[in-house]
Amino acid sequence: MLLAIWVFYAVYFSPTQGWTFFLQLTVDGIILGSIYALIALGYSMVYGILKLLNFAHGDVAMIGAFIGFGVLTLLGGPLSPAIPVVALVACMFVVAMLGSGFLGLAIERFAYRPLRDAPRIAPLISALGVAFFLENSVLLLFGANYRNYDGYDLISYNGIHLGGSAGVFVSYLGVMVITGALLLMVGLVALVRWTRFGKAMRAVSFDREAAAMMGIDPDRVIATTFFVGSALGGAAGVMFGLVYSQIYYLVGFLAGLKGFTAAVVGGIGSIPGAMLGGLLVGLVESWAKGYLNGNVADLVVFGILIGVMLIRPQGLLGTPALQKV
Amino acid sequence: MADTSPPTPEPPAAATAQIGVDSWVSEEDQRREGRKWLGRTWERLPPAGKLALLTPAIAVPFLPLSEANIYNYGLFILIYALLALGLNVVVGFAGLLDLGYVAFFGFGAYIYAFLSGTHHEKGHVYTHHWAAQWSILTAVVMCAVIGLFLGSSSRRLLGDYLAIVTLFFGQAFVVFTNSADPYGITNGSNGLGNIDPLRFFAFGASFTVSSTRGYYWFLFGCVIVVLIVLHLLSESRTGRAWKASREDPLAAEMMGMPVNRLKIMAFSFGAAIAGLAGSVFAAAQTGAFPQNFGTQVLILIYAVVILGGTGSLTGMLAGATAIIVSFQVLDSTSPPNNARTLFYLSLVVGVVVIFKKSRAQMAVAVASTVALGFALHAIVHEVWPRGTSGQVTSGGYLTGAIKHWVLLPTNPNRLAVYGYLALIVLVITIVQLKGWWRVAVVPPTIVLTAFVWENLLIQQPAVTRYVLFGVLLIALMATRPQGLFGTAKVEIA
Repeated sequence: MLLAIWVFYAVYFSPTQGWTFFLQLTVDGIILGSIYALIALGYSMVYGILKLLNFAHGDVAMIGAFIGFGVLTLLGGPLSPAIPVVALVACMFVVAMLGSGFLGLAIERFAYRPLRDAPRIAPLISALGVAFFLENSVLLLFGANYRNYDGYDLISYNGIHLGGSAGVFVSYLGVMVITGALLLMVGLVALVRWTRFGKAMRAVSFDREAAAMMGIDPDRVIATTFFVGSALGGAAGVMFGLVYSQIYYLVGFLAGLKGFTAAVVGGIGSIPGAMLGGLLVGLVESWAKGYLNGNVADLVVFGILIGVMLIRPQGLLGTPALQKV
Repeated sequence: MADTSPPTPEPPAAATAQIGVDSWVSEEDQRREGRKWLGRTWERLPPAGKLALLTPAIAVPFLPLSEANIYNYGLFILIYALLALGLNVVVGFAGLLDLGYVAFFGFGAYIYAFLSGTHHEKGHVYTHHWAAQWSILTAVVMCAVIGLFLGSSSRRLLGDYLAIVTLFFGQAFVVFTNSADPYGITNGSNGLGNIDPLRFFAFGASFTVSSTRGYYWFLFGCVIVVLIVLHLLSESRTGRAWKASREDPLAAEMMGMPVNRLKIMAFSFGAAIAGLAGSVFAAAQTGAFPQNFGTQVLILIYAVVILGGTGSLTGMLAGATAIIVSFQVLDSTSPPNNARTLFYLSLVVGVVVIFKKSRAQMAVAVASTVALGFALHAIVHEVWPRGTSGQVTSGGYLTGAIKHWVLLPTNPNRLAVYGYLALIVLVITIVQLKGWWRVAVVPPTIVLTAFVWENLLIQQPAVTRYVLFGVLLIALMATRPQGLFGTAKVEIA
């Protein structure tokens, strides 16, 4: 409600920029939001099944971005690709998703599985340690300088003009990111809803002990969940690199926080919630960047998080947490 | 724990269950005996012995250390001890995960800097030269109040959500001090530089702390006072209520404890201590800069608290000493050979810990490690001369040994990166293996560790230390979550 008022106010009273500017920001926000939604899905799935905030998830996405960059460099770089661009991009996504998926598996195995029955605070601290370890390892190995993805050089500078040349511009890269994110989300929903693994995952997240008694191996289901969530994070990392053209070792921290905000705003543990939350966070950030300024945008996003958590702690689409005794 | 030990045939009279006393409670002493040696020795130590642990801290200003070393080691240890004591109230006593704790440290520093100094930024001139006691008091009270607000905003939120809100709070603080402040109060990323030293005015007289040693003594006094207050507090009604609500909030609520109010209180109390640490830190550093209050500092404080043992007061001092000494030795301004000594020492300690159960295995592992290093060096020297032609980075007394034992390629960039990745895989493998399999994997791991250290890590000790702290947090949580001096938590099924 407040959001709607603010958006209307901003559009109505901005002196030079009309609705075109607003729509342009909205399109950018949707592109950004689909990346955040992918990151949010990883947080949400892990929280749904383990009730654990995986702080390291943003950094897993960062590693995905670096793996994608490695593939890009190996295959000739953005300016002179050795194989057709479509194949190259597909390669980047597949390798990055596999790489971060296996990283997620390893993290689960070594940082979280030993703490399955520990007090709640222990895996959280362990997660902090993992995040810090990943960030600084990348800093150690690859240095602090930016790596250039040059996504627009790689794909295309062109795009679709909606409403004439003065209208809203959607780059082909943006179209690709939105389509890719949508495909992955549809795939995930199908996986969770219609496969045996999805059924097992829902069962474990509902009641781990009862699921174990029904012959489901919770450890395997949890590990697979980590794999899928981290792979989505890796894909988000590559998309982030393509859209922003630059990555460096701290890129996962802020993107992770925003993805996390998205998961919480949508209702942590809920998959449609994560998508909605991602979209919302992307839109708000884009609008705030357009109408206020870049620095304040982060604060606005944080403010929304705190506001949502005060008014509706379970998030927009979440169900209120029942405390079992 | 007692459950795993075989039941004693004839338990001593005091330990048997008596009428009206729960058997679990009456066996507490037995359980205490069964704890690990470190905790046990610590508990047997008389109070005087525990205080004796403080003597090195008292001796620091009298040692022939340079001003810079007293600042880097003595002052930092005390500031982090103070910060850890505060965080210990939040995490250790009340069991809340506060990831915005470092923001209170920052608030304290900025409030002191603003109230006791001159700044003119963006057309605004702020000249307040308050006496130190009033600015410190304001900083402490303000932090407590902000903590109260933040705590009550997360009141309705379940455990994890507090972590999120505080994480964002910490992040928002950094963003705000860096860039988003319209009135120039924080002076953006340049920070506030023109700050008074600690200058106390009372009854017409003034007293200024000006030397590093002076700050050391002042902080030392602060730590002692906070220690005493926290000790009394933890034994008090409130302290017991904190621990009860940490162990089982629901049961505590049922017993009539105002759990929410207790949690907010702990939160605010910790924030106040951080504010105190921050204000003294700003005065000692004569400045407050945004980069002093980032995530890295937060990790450092957590490493101190976790290593020391959540809930233990003296553990915080020990943890601060261990963490800050290794942190400063691994600083890029410290001589690299100190870092090297620390590194090889911890490698030795690591081997001892891994093989503490079997002397034979340890002997075999150590012998084959040494042999493997020399053999590998000899082979590579014959096959690929470039692989051993590099120079030892600023070597000291260990140069000779390193030159003949560790592979030093001339241009190790890519090799070192592969070595690092392989090292992670090997360490993970070691954790999986048991017995003689482990003995087989340890020597190549150590040789590889030395290779990665000499070719990659020693060039960037400042990054390495953060990697190591990250690993420390993970490893401690998996193996010894109670830290050095903490008591093992009771598991509630």
